[in-house]
Order: sequence, then structure tokens, then C-alpha cells
Amino acid sequence: MGMTITEKILARAAGEKTVVPGQLVDAKIDVVMCHDVTTPPAITMLVEKGIDRVFDPNKIVVTPDHFQPAKDIKSAELHKRLDEWAKRHKIKHYYKLGRAGVCHAILPEQGHIRPGEVIVGGDSHTCTYGALAAFSTGIGSTDLAASIATGKLWFKVPASMKFVLNGSLPHGVYSKDVILAVIGRIGTDGALYRAMEFVGPTLKEMTMEARMTMTNMAIEAGAKNGIIGFDAVTKAYLDSHLKDVKDYTVFESDPDAEYLSTEVFDCSKLEPMVAQPHLPSNAVPIGQCKGKAMDQAYIGSCTNGRIEDLRIAAGIMKGKEVAIRTIVVPATPEIWKQAKDEGLFDVFYEAGCVISAPTCGACLGGFMGILAAGEKCISTTNRNFVGRMGSPKSEVYLGSPATVAASAVEGKLTDPRKYL
Amino acid sequence: MAKAHVYKRDHINTDEIIPARYLNTDNEAELAKYCMEDLDKDFVKKAKPGDVIVAGDDFGCGSSREHAVWAIRGAKVGTVIARSFARIFYRNAIDCGFYLIESAEAVDKIKDGDEVEIDYDAGVIRDKTTKAKIKFMPLPDFALEIIHDGGLLNHIMKAGI
Ligand code: SF4
Repeated sequence: MGMTITEKILARAAGEKTVVPGQLVDAKIDVVMCHDVTTPPAITMLVEKGIDRVFDPNKIVVTPDHFQPAKDIKSAELHKRLDEWAKRHKIKHYYKLGRAGVCHAILPEQGHIRPGEVIVGGDSHTCTYGALAAFSTGIGSTDLAASIATGKLWFKVPASMKFVLNGSLPHGVYSKDVILAVIGRIGTDGALYRAMEFVGPTLKEMTMEARMTMTNMAIEAGAKNGIIGFDAVTKAYLDSHLKDVKDYTVFESDPDAEYLSTEVFDCSKLEPMVAQPHLPSNAVPIGQCKGKAMDQAYIGSCTNGRIEDLRIAAGIMKGKEVAIRTIVVPATPEIWKQAKDEGLFDVFYEAGCVISAPTCGACLGGFMGILAAGEKCISTTNRNFVGRMGSPKSEVYLGSPATVAASAVEGKLTDPRKYL
Repeated sequence: MAKAHVYKRDHINTDEIIPARYLNTDNEAELAKYCMEDLDKDFVKKAKPGDVIVAGDDFGCGSSREHAVWAIRGAKVGTVIARSFARIFYRNAIDCGFYLIESAEAVDKIKDGDEVEIDYDAGVIRDKTTKAKIKFMPLPDFALEIIHDGGLLNHIMKAGI
């Protein structure tokens, strides 16, 4: 029987010829992603257990992002613990303030993600890297500690679900709208414990950045990983981003691989989508919710804080003014510089937005844009749970950068197509 | 005697269990003070050591923050019984040596405030209030091994790293 790409990658990492869904494997880890919230506790655990060691200082990538620059004394202490540890173990890829950025944007951009590899990170959206034909999943601090010390971790091989994306995306509809439609159809636990494999002709028209927006949100359907096979777009991205290690192994799903289910989407029929409070699966076409007044707009995060997202938003805001407070957060220093060089900051400035340094910031209700009780925010992020961006009585609406920019201009949920 | 605190809702997420505003610490006693704050701000006052949380589907969805397990454990909660758990939360709990119970029947039968007694080895919950005896499927062997070793790190140290 054939295997899926996810099964093949896990089999290789476990040193097995074949694996089947449900099988427990001990897999070798190729890259461990560490940030400032979940890694400091992992470090403390390792120190307390007397196993303060790293399996390979070249395979751990560290970037403080959630509360950076430090928002208060306690987070400064988390950063200090992270910093001392990274130096103590001579971690090679350590992105300090000024080079640090939102983890899931930095790792692919700086060439740390290669097809066929197993990547874990102390963050639920680590599934993002599956866009590069890798197996990648989010873990907690204890798993992180085990991965850091041993370079191995136990996994239960997930069954795969296939998502076939057909048709060209209509004008004003983006990969964010596709993933919101997918989660809207299957629900926030529709892919619980599963691998979500995206295939189909629509992908060919998507950039790597757009693909990462989709795999990023696999966790919002409960999935263990999201994955997209290797193609010319993957190759071109890798050619321009890989740095020291340039070789990798390409795996693809066998034609007779088994899938738990297959969901087919006609993307040509999609409209701009908005996920209403308080679940990413509460997704409706913009027509069903437009006109609702907002208090804040947020453009950033590991979902949609990349350069093409900022270009889309700036394209809509050019020559206009925003009607509500609007926060723009380029996800990495490189994106920040590129946006500045392309003159996007001038557009955002003229429109009346505030431009932040790269940080997770308000995406998780950390800082730099917390919502008060009763406030509503339209956001390019990935999660709209109760209290996600501040008060448990605030509301978060999720949309594409175009939808958020158009809504910022009008101060209410707005169909972006009228500005495109 | 352990008391049940029932929150019938599905998708109780990690932001409600421990909001991000408290993620600037990993001190378990500190986190425990805010356990379930955005869902029920009186939870910490009401919960006595050994009490159980009962919830619907997909408990612990969202972030990978193990702080959610630590907050619950720090608040001295004995276990969480849910119809189903989100993947990372489930895994984190096992890795921390914290036992979770997946049982639709228990969620249907146990009412808020019921006195419950749990026999983990036999896989039985006794609802002392209603006299119901509810069987549940114990965790798989590999997970029990990790829990018996006191969590994943002790487990891998035992195997030798
Ligand atoms: S940008 Fe938001 S979702 Fe992404 S890693 Fe940061 S906090 Fe998590």
C-alpha cells in the first residue's frame, strides 16, 4: 500500500521503511524552533533535571517574538533566561532583537526549513512550515525540552485528510479566504490529530507566502500538521532562501496512498471570508457580515504579516485614510526593511496607521494593541477565541489583508473588492 | 471528596484556561491563581484539591502553551474529563504526568457539584451523588508508562539519554 508524504517523512525520520497511521514512532528531529514564551520553561526543566544539554547547537533556531522587545519585567526575565541559555550552548542560529521576528515568518525566510525534514517548535502554529513539503508540528515545553536534549521525539503517525483545491481564485480572494472556508466547512476539530494535505491546481497560482497562510492555520482545524507537496514554486523559494545547508529530500504522496477523507473545494466560487467571534470556523462570506462597526484593525502575524500581505493592504489604503486605529506589524526585520524600501510605510503613514517593530504583540493579546471590553477588531491573524486579543469581552474577526485594509478605511467590515 | 465543576461548552481554549497576559511567567503557583479566569473568574475560589473539571468537545484547543496544564495542575485539580481533547493539550498533559479522561458518557451524566470518585487503574468513575458508575477507557499503555514515570523527561532519563 502506498504512503502519504507525511507518512514517508515520519518513516524516514524514524528509520523505518513504512509506517501506518496510529503507529507510535521515535523520530529524529531536524530543526527545533524556540521562542520566548515556551522555551524558558523548557530550559528550566532541563537545568532542574540535570540534563542541561542541546543535541545539536546548529539545529536549534531561537527567536524571541511574543513579548519582544520585552513588555515588562517578567518577560524581560524570560528573555534573559533564553539569552543566557542560547549563549551557554553556542546556539548558532540565534536571532536577537533587531534581527528577531515572528518565528514562523523568520524560519522559512532565513532558510531553516527544508523539504522532507521533521521540524518541531514550541508553538502551535509550527505547522506553517508544511508549506515547504516538510513535516512540522507544534509542541509544548516538556516535548521541547526532550527535543532539545535528545533530538528525538515520540509521535503517533497521523492519518491524512486530502483537501483538493480546484479553480482560479477570483479577484479579491486570497489563500486566507480559502483556509477560512476550509475550516468553516470542517470545524475547529475537523482534522483533530490528522495531517491536512493540500493538493490541486489552485496551489499552482499561490506563492509560497500564500501557501504558508494556509498551512499556518491547520492547527485551527485541530490538525497535527498541514502539508503541501514540492513543486516549482517550492523550488524557486528554496533556491532564493536556503543558506548553509542546501540539499534536501523530496517526498511525494503515492497515488494509492490512503486518506481518511477527501474534501473538494471550487475556489473559483469563493468570496472574501470573515471568521466571526469566537471560533476560526465561524467563517462567512463578507456579504453576510459587512457593515459591522469595528474599533481596531490589525495587519500582521505569522499568518499574514509577510511582504505580499503588506503590499495588498497598502494597495487598498493608498491615498485614503483609515477610520479606526490601525496597527501594521511587518513580521520580520527583512520584511520591515522591504516594506520601507518599497514606500509602503509612506502609504501606511499617510493613511494614519501605526507601524510596529516585528513582534507577535497584539496577535495573542500580549501588548501593542490590546482590546478593551466591548471592542471589536478585524485582524489578519489566525485565532479569534474569547479573550485572544485582550478583554474576554472583546471580539476578534479574522480576514485577509485586503479585507482588513478595506475595513480599516471604512471603520466597518467591508468587501475589499470595491477597492481593487 | 472530589467535586465536579461542569462547563458543558465545547472548544474551551487555552486562552480561557490561562490568558496570554499571564504567560510572562512559568511559575506554577502563580499561574494557578488565574486558572480558568476568562471562563469562570470564581473557579480558583471554588475548586478544592482533587476536584475535577468536566467539559465538552475539544478541551484545550489553541495554543501549545503547557502553561494551561500547569495552571490546572497548580490549582490542584485532580483531572479533566472531556468529550474530547485538543491534540497538543492532550499530549502536554501526558508529558507532564497529568491524567486526562476522555468520556462522553461521563460528560452526559455528571452534573455540576456532583461528588465523584475515580479509579484510574480500573477505568471507573463513581458519581456518588447520582450513584452512577461510569466506565472509561484508560489511557494507552505508552501514555501510562510516561505518567507512571512522572512525565516525559523522567521517562527518557530512565531509558538513558
Ligand atoms: S504571530 Fe500570533 S499566532 Fe503567530 S506565533 Fe505569534 S502569537 Fe502565535
